[in-house]
Formats: sequence, C-alpha cells, structure tokens
Amino acid sequence: MSTLAIHDHGVAGHDHDHEHHHHDTFITKYVFSQDHKMIAKQFLITGITMAVIAMLLSILFRIQLAYPDKSFPLLETLLGRFAPNGRLDPQFYLSLVTIHGTIMVFFVLTAGLSGTFSNLLIPLQVGARDMASPFINMLSYWFFFAASVIMLSSFFIQKGPAGGGWTIYPPLSALPKAMNGSELGMTLWLISMVCFIASSLMGGINYVSTVLNMRTKGMDLWKMPLTVWAFFLTAILGVLSFPVLVAGVVLLIFDRSFGTSFYLSDIVLNGKIMPYEGGSPILFQHLFWFLGHPEVYIVIMPAMGISSEVIAVNSRKPIFGYHAMVYSLIGITTLSFIVWGHHMFVTGMNPFLGGVFMITTLIIAVPSAVKTFNWLATLWRGNIRFTPAMLFAIGLVSFFISGGITGIFLGNAALDINLHDTYFVVAHFHLVMGSAAIFGMLAGVYHWFPKMFGRLMDEKLGFLHFWLTFICAYLVFFPMHFMGLDGVPRRYYAMTEFPAFNHWLSVNTFITWAAITAGLAQIAFLYNFIHSIFWGKKTTQNPWNANTLEWTAPVEHIHGNWPGEIPTVYRWPYDYSKPGHDADFIMQTTPLSETMSSNLPHDFEDNPAGLQQYNEWAKTQRSSEEVK
Amino acid sequence: MMAQIQHEKDRLDLTPKKFVMWLFVFASFMIFAAFTSGFIVYVGGKGHGINVILPDVFKYSTAVIIISSVTLFLASRAAKRLEFGKQRLFLWLTFALGILFCAIQFDGWYILTNKMGIYFVNPNAARSFIYILTGVHILHIFAGLMFLLGALITSYRNKPQAINLYRMEISSIFWHFLDIIWIYLYVFLLLNQH
Repeated sequence: MSTLAIHDHGVAGHDHDHEHHHHDTFITKYVFSQDHKMIAKQFLITGITMAVIAMLLSILFRIQLAYPDKSFPLLETLLGRFAPNGRLDPQFYLSLVTIHGTIMVFFVLTAGLSGTFSNLLIPLQVGARDMASPFINMLSYWFFFAASVIMLSSFFIQKGPAGGGWTIYPPLSALPKAMNGSELGMTLWLISMVCFIASSLMGGINYVSTVLNMRTKGMDLWKMPLTVWAFFLTAILGVLSFPVLVAGVVLLIFDRSFGTSFYLSDIVLNGKIMPYEGGSPILFQHLFWFLGHPEVYIVIMPAMGISSEVIAVNSRKPIFGYHAMVYSLIGITTLSFIVWGHHMFVTGMNPFLGGVFMITTLIIAVPSAVKTFNWLATLWRGNIRFTPAMLFAIGLVSFFISGGITGIFLGNAALDINLHDTYFVVAHFHLVMGSAAIFGMLAGVYHWFPKMFGRLMDEKLGFLHFWLTFICAYLVFFPMHFMGLDGVPRRYYAMTEFPAFNHWLSVNTFITWAAITAGLAQIAFLYNFIHSIFWGKKTTQNPWNANTLEWTAPVEHIHGNWPGEIPTVYRWPYDYSKPGHDADFIMQTTPLSETMSSNLPHDFEDNPAGLQQYNEWAKTQRSSEEVK
Repeated sequence: MMAQIQHEKDRLDLTPKKFVMWLFVFASFMIFAAFTSGFIVYVGGKGHGINVILPDVFKYSTAVIIISSVTLFLASRAAKRLEFGKQRLFLWLTFALGILFCAIQFDGWYILTNKMGIYFVNPNAARSFIYILTGVHILHIFAGLMFLLGALITSYRNKPQAINLYRMEISSIFWHFLDIIWIYLYVFLLLNQH
C-alpha cells in the first residue's frame, strides 16, 4: 500500500552524526550553542530566573499594600535608600510595579514561554534536524540574555529602574525630569526592550520558516500537533506586531533625548513651561497597543497549544475538534490586530470608534469559547491521568474561564469607564493571561522535562506545587475584582489613605499573605526542577505514551535529533484510544498498514489506493468471520 | 549511505533560509507601516501637516535607487548565466548607486535644514516625520549594502554556485524591497505635502 515505508537506513547514518560531536567544546555546547534543544534550556532557565525575580518584586510591593503604615527595618537592610526607615520609597514602589509587569509579560511569558517550547518542540515535533537558521537562533537567545541583564542592571543605578508602568505612556516616560523612574532607568528600559524585540523577531522568523519549510515527509499542516500550530501562529503575531513597538519606541527616544514633539504638547514641568508643542500622547498609545494587544495573545497562545497537547495525551482521547482548535487559533490571531482600541476607551476616543473596537473585542469571545469547550469536551469521559502537567493544563482552563469572563465586562466601552485602571483590570489580566499562561508554561515544563533533561520530575512535589499555587492564585486575584468594582485604582502606593478605600486594607493584607504563600509554594517547584535535573528518575523514551514525533527521538540528545533518517509521518497526532487497536495510542510514525484493525474509512481521505486496500481487507475480514 | 545523502541534503537546502529573508522583509515593512500610520494619526488628530514642497533632490535619489534595482537584476541574471565578471561589475555598480543614494538623501537633509529651515526638532512633528521616515530607510539601506558586500565577497571567493546564487537572491529580495519601500515613502510624503 502507498503508505508503506521501510526504515533500513538507521544504522548507516549514525557514523555521520557522530562526527559532529568532535567539534563540541564547552563553549559551543553550553554557551554559544546552536542546537535548538540547548537554546531551549537556556531560555527556560533564564526565564525561570527572571520569573523568580519578578515574583519577589511583587511580594515587596504587596507588603507595602498590606502594611502601608508599618516599618520593616529588614527592608532598609535589603534595599538601602529604596526603603528609607524600613518603608518602601513611593517612587521605588512604582519601579517595582513597572519592572514586575515588564519582566513577567516580556521576559517570562514571551521569551521564557515561546523561547523555550518553540525552540524545543518545533524541530522535534515537525521532524527537522534543527531550526531554519541555527545561528540566528543562537543570536536570539543572547540578545534576550543581554536584554535581561540591562533590565536588571537598572536596579543598581542611582535613580532606580523605570517607573512609568509597563506601558510607559508619555508624557511621563518622555520627560526624564518628571520623576526618578523616568531618568536613566527609563533609558535602560528602552535599550533593554530594543534588544528584547530584536531577540523576539529573530526567534519568531526562525519558528515560522522552520514550520513552513522543514517538516518531515508526510507531515502536512493538518498533521501538526496543536502545540506547533500555536507556536507558529504566535510567531507570526510577533513578527507583525513587535516592529510597531520599535516604531513607537524610536519616536519616544527622540522625544526623550533629542527634543522632538511627537508625543509632547503643552507641558508644564515643575512650574516651568516646556518648549514642546503639537505632539500627541495618544499616538504612542495607538502604536503601543497595536503591539500590546497581540502581545497578550503571544503570551497565551503557546500556553493554549501546550495545554491542548497535554490534555489530549493525559485524557487518552483525541483532542475534541482539532480543526476547530486550529481555526479558533487563526481567528484569535487575526482578530488580535483589530482590537487594540479597547485599551484606550477613556482617552477621549470617538464613541463610534469605541463601538467598533467593542464589537471586535467581544467577537474574540467566540474562538476563545470554542477552545474552552473543546478542552472540556476532551476531558469528558476520558481516561484521565492526573499527572502534574495535566493538573496545570486543567488549571489553565480554569483560569482562562474565570479571567476570560471579566474580559467581556472590560471590553464593553460603557462599563470600562467605571472599571478602567481599577483592580478589576488587574484581576482580569492576572487570571486570564498571567496565571493561565504561567500554568500552561508549568504544564509544559512538567510534561517535556523528560525530553529536555532525560529525567522525570517528582510527582508528589508537583501535586503540592500545583494545589498551593492554584488555590493561592485564586485567593490573590479573586478579591481584586471586588476592590475594582468599588473603584480602587491600580498602581497607587497607599490607596487606603483615601477614606473611601480604607476598608479594603484587611483584604489587602489577606491578598498579601496569599501571595507570600504562593511564593513559598514555588520553592517546591524550584527544588523539584533543580534536583530532578541531576538526580531525578531516569526516563524511558516515551514516558507519557504520547503520539508525537519528539518521543521517537532517543533520550540522549544528539545533534540532528534522530540517528539516521528522520521518521516519516503517516497520521495525525491524536490517535488515542482508537477503537480496534490493542494499545491506547498509535504513534504518528506508525503506518496505517500496521494498524488494519483500527483503521476507519475516514483515514484514507486523500488516499484512494489505501482505501481500496482497506476495503479489501475489511471484506476478507467479514468473510472469515462468516466462516467462524 | 542513503541516510548520509539525505543528511547532506538537509544541510544544503537553502529554501528555509531564503524564507527567513522574506519574513524579515515583512517585519521591516511593519515598521514603515507603523510610522506612516503614526503620521496619519498625528496629522489627523492635530491638524498639523508638512505644508512645504519637498526638495527636488528626492526625485534624483528615487531615480538612483530604481536604477540600482535594475543593475542588481542584471547582476543576478549574469550570475545565473555563469558570467561572473559581469556579475561582479553590476554588483559593484549597485553598491556604488546605493552609496550615491545615501549621499543624495543626506543632501536632501542638508537642503531641508540649511536652505529651508525645516529641522528635525520641530514643534510640528509632521515635519520631524520626514527625517524619521528617510532616516529609518537609510538605516535599512546600510543593512542592504552589507548584504550586497556579502554577495560580492562570495562571488570573489569561488564558493559553490548554489551559495553564490543564494547570496544574490537574499540581497536581491532585500534591495528590491528597499527600492519599493522608498517609492512608497516618497509617494506618501508627496501626497501629504499639503
């Protein structure tokens, strides 16, 4: 039959691979590696480090919110002039909020998530030896590393890091004299982000080119796992939207340092009238959010892809609505470019234009709901295995629902007048893109850890990590909805100073303790992660009995991924629990000719010769049954 | 043995790398799209415009960059016909025209500032945008010149023809893109002169 193929070249190719190992020195293997698997680990470990730092920053400002009047001498010991007399400096508080947001959104959930899993999984799951351009891939990591170092270095300068919020709206960010957080710290922020964007673009361009050009034999687009679809569409989003942020940032740099007036107009600074004229701060918001909104999908889509895969594998069921899942990802990708205005409802936007953005925004609920229902339908009556990865994937679904529903409130131009810049927004995006995306990322770490390090992570610690983090995340973010509905504004250093918000102090204290508990829960993860790298249980080649190509590659990492020929793909990646087959999974590399008892006429849609053979086989099967 | 041949083929397949250049072109295009959209939003919102006739030199630079695209096309054709002397000649010509283009653009800035008094630091940001658009384009031209140099070096080094053609192709994709983007920017500025 036409799908038959014989793999008899396996041994011959091995010598050839072997040659490449001779050239590896410590530098080329661990530092300036061009191997996608090593680059993925570099991204992951840098991403986790940045995540821990950003989490500690959040705990610092949570302490301020819970105890605005208390002095903690320890803080002064740790932070020096940033916490005089044991109380956080108000300007430093703003810096903490800004850098927490920047690191989490860009460095953890964009580079740490896409960088890790696109690098690891795209070549392994589409069947390629490496990325389209391994050299650019390496550059991508080192630009990211440089960006991280520059961003963190701003903690060691006199005026402290950038403090204008992660959206760095002008005029505040364009006037260095406006506050400490707009001085050198802001310059470093801008330099760091330019490096970061360069890194993202190099990565994204590579991912797209690899997916489109380097798939193995038989791997057509509709046989790709949903992870690859998600990474692919995410990369397209990045390639089209990050350059727009470059444009916005370039103009901001000229306003800051050269005295142009793109964003500045009618400014009075410290009682002095500034010479700027005619600029438009709204222009920056347009340019920023044209990236900024696709950015939130750059954050969530890889997590969605990972969850789809993890949920299907651990429910031992095909993903429900594979095509619908892909089309909804494409829908989200397209729609994400025409909704940026919903961040700007209160900028004095024409109400008609606001209506347009409101409609496009609410339409995004449709593909999002399609995905959610499909995950739930995949879980429905599955043979669920509650591995830590599975728990985190289900956690993503939970957060995506509870955070997504409030998006419908916020996307409404009229309701947004009330809710804009309150804790309701904070609650919304921390659930829907913060917690959900980080849970997707953790699901990926637990699931593909054996692929990355050849060892398994400890399950018990994984469960502890999941339940503590899951419960605490809800305890932290759920009460914020009510604060927001009451009008409590975000980013305030001491909002309980206002009598109207005074009664929220007890809630703030509660949230802070939940946040500290969640922070402590991460120790379980970090210990598990580091310990398992060196001393974890050795893994088998396919520990989760999954179908996708990465599990056909040997456990030991070799340059080029597979010894000998790259395996050919014959079927989609979700043949789990297929009726008539003896095992509850069939690898993508298993030809249909080897699984006659479980084939369906549907499997031969583009393959008339195969269908004919199948029909003949079915006929003989029937006649032999009649004999019995 | 088969596998080894297969393996070599993996390595020599330059299609994905060429595709990388196309994606880079898309990304650059988005930068210019962002600047021109920014211009429209700015002018629409503030009632400012350029309100000045652009110096004529930009017409000459437009002609120069169009001619450079033609010479680059001729270089590619020569490379495909294995006429390497001709290829190098036309590549050098393209490179020289690229430098000339930059010179004329700088002359344009000189005329704008010294003769017409239109400065980059300007309360009317519509006028600052002239410098932004031309300046970011010139940065891209510098990158394009680097690609042309790369193609030249390859052609002198007796690399395999496949590599030679590949270098020619990626520099052509980028250079023709820069040509088209300049025409787009120039027409955009002309249409928004008033």
